Amino acid sequence: MFKHESIETNTGLLIVLTLVAIGIGGLVEIVPLFYIDGTVEEVKTADGKDAVRPYTPLELRGRDIYIKEGCYNCHSQMIRPFRDEALRYGHYSLAAESQYDHPFQWGSKRTGPDLARVGGKYSNGWHVKHLVKPTAVVPTSIMPNYPWLLENKLSFGDIKERMLALKQVGVPYSFTQIEFDANVEKFGEKVAKTLDINKADENLMAQAKKMNTDGDAARITEMEALVAYLQVLGTMIDFKQHDEHEFIQFR
Amino acid sequence: MAERDPITGVETTGHVWDDTLQEFNNPLPRWWLWAFYGTVLFAIVYWTIYPSWPIGKSYLKGVGNTITYTTDAGKEVTTHWNTRALLRVEMESGEAAMAQKAQLKKVAAASYADIAKDAEMQAFVQSFGKGIFGDYCAGCHQTGGVGVIGDYPNLSDDAWLWGGDAVDIENSIKNGRMGTMPAHKGTLSDVEITDIANYVLSLSGESKAVDSASKGKALFEGKGACFACHTKEATGMKALGSANLADQIWTVADVKGLASAEAKLEAVKSVIADGIKREMPAWKTRLDDTQIKVLTAYISSFTAK
Ligand code: HEC
Ligand code: HEC
Ligand code: HEC
Repeated sequence: MFKHESIETNTGLLIVLTLVAIGIGGLVEIVPLFYIDGTVEEVKTADGKDAVRPYTPLELRGRDIYIKEGCYNCHSQMIRPFRDEALRYGHYSLAAESQYDHPFQWGSKRTGPDLARVGGKYSNGWHVKHLVKPTAVVPTSIMPNYPWLLENKLSFGDIKERMLALKQVGVPYSFTQIEFDANVEKFGEKVAKTLDINKADENLMAQAKKMNTDGDAARITEMEALVAYLQVLGTMIDFKQHDEHEFIQFR
Repeated sequence: MAERDPITGVETTGHVWDDTLQEFNNPLPRWWLWAFYGTVLFAIVYWTIYPSWPIGKSYLKGVGNTITYTTDAGKEVTTHWNTRALLRVEMESGEAAMAQKAQLKKVAAASYADIAKDAEMQAFVQSFGKGIFGDYCAGCHQTGGVGVIGDYPNLSDDAWLWGGDAVDIENSIKNGRMGTMPAHKGTLSDVEITDIANYVLSLSGESKAVDSASKGKALFEGKGACFACHTKEATGMKALGSANLADQIWTVADVKGLASAEAKLEAVKSVIADGIKREMPAWKTRLDDTQIKVLTAYISSFTAK
């Protein structure tokens, strides 16, 4: 038996036992979510493919920049199932929508609005103006200026490694032909092509060229990646195709 | 073996630090202890009623605590307590939601003329419309729809690029718009662009360079091919969203905001030389028909006043 006194006077033991106690609390809350059916909803498109897909290489880099710039300090990406949030932001967020996010960007602070469904809300041009200087389009904004996004060239030499790392934790980017075929089955051919690690550089450059937010098609900036990411947020599921009942059943 | 403090006689924990430092072992106050047992009891009741402990691939769903809602297909479903079902019930039967729904239904069934006349519907359009305009439109068109010259058109004036009738506005919102004018610096010389710009400015009395403007008129109707989009009278075409250049109202070139004649000329010249590409996003996937109708009525009320 431990004696009260021996724990209190032995710092090392106290630390170990404290960690064990906190660890139990955490594990009890977290672990069951990994094996309970329906934690992550199954959402299919009309033709039976997975509606939610991993990010394209450019969107993925955009996400990294979102994290690097600390956007999550002011923005959440989690619409809660309340009427006021539904009216303002749209359908509540599903777990499925952040299943490929490592780490997820739910956040907990809303100095600015929730961004979970900001995709398609504004034009690319608006995002560029807004990120360079928010007060140019929203005069009362207190969001900081991010002018360097337009100046910084996007570094993507390690895009393959980034995708491989995510693949290690279960994001279905494909490396072999078998994995590619599995993605065609799961997401359809068009999406599967964007998830091919071997074609990551080409795909990234092609998408950035199409965005061309800085007016110079040859230059790929951090802006292009970040805007590509913002524009895809919350757009993967077409909620008009689904009965609310489907999602309630997962809870 | 309880030890006592020799001075106060209170029981101590028995631990000694630094030779003499000891700690009283006062019993907890009764009320505190009972409150603690109370919380334990509360937790057990709470676990029973609400979804709680995981078991295997499922979890305890809570006893005697169900929610009944109706699916889109009209079937009644009863499920264990969860926030999604709770939201569904609030959306389909909550007091505020029902009141809002009733108003929306009324607006959906009414004509625009009726909405403008009916005080109650107009009040609803003003409050609900203001809310969604603020959420979805004001980031570009600004509060009250005054716009940003050059970037986002003013919706509160009488000039419309794509038409100001209710159907036109509805269409603009539903499907979005792409205002496109090609760059002319490849096809016209700087002198020619200056002449055309003077002509365009003269249409609203902003240029005194008569000679240049008359040469510009010929180019506008001839080599420059401006008339193809803006018409010969330069009044614009709503099918193309080409601006009316003869109404003294400017949406891209900031003619009114600039003081000097040179700056005005430069502004118009740069529009002609570089062209325009402005995008209005499509809203039909994000907003439903009734919300778009409310927005149309709300925007129309800017100009009606
Ligand atoms: C200091 C807090 C803060 C930080 C940091 C911040 N924002 Fe914001 N953001 C705001 C506020 C406040 C608004 C609302 C006013 C406005 O639209 O500018 C906003 C609005 C936005 C909007 C428009 C949302 C909408 O629905 O209208 C987007 C998009 C956005 N921010 C993206 C970003 C990105 C990307 C970053 C990181 C590069 C970022 N923000 C960092 C505070 C912040
Ligand atoms: C990303 C910025 C942006 C947002 C957000 C936006 N608009 Fe627009 N809107 C534009 C631009 C740019 C144009 C002009 C298009 C052009 O040049 O032809 C426009 C044009 C319009 C027009 C046509 C104006 C005319 O003169 O014919 C209407 C009506 C309109 N918007 C309404 C709305 C409403 C209602 C909303 C909110 C649901 C909205 N807009 C949100 C950018 C935006
Ligand atoms: C292909 C069609 C097209 C042609 C050709 C064209 N325009 Fe335009 N023009 C437009 C459209 C569309 C707009 C409005 C753009 C917008 O609002 O986004 C516009 C806008 C303008 C404006 C800005 C008006 C304002 O209110 O700020 C000027 C000035 C103008 N055009 C002049 C010209 C001249 C001069 C020529 C000939 C050299 C010309 N345009 C040829 C389509 C055209």
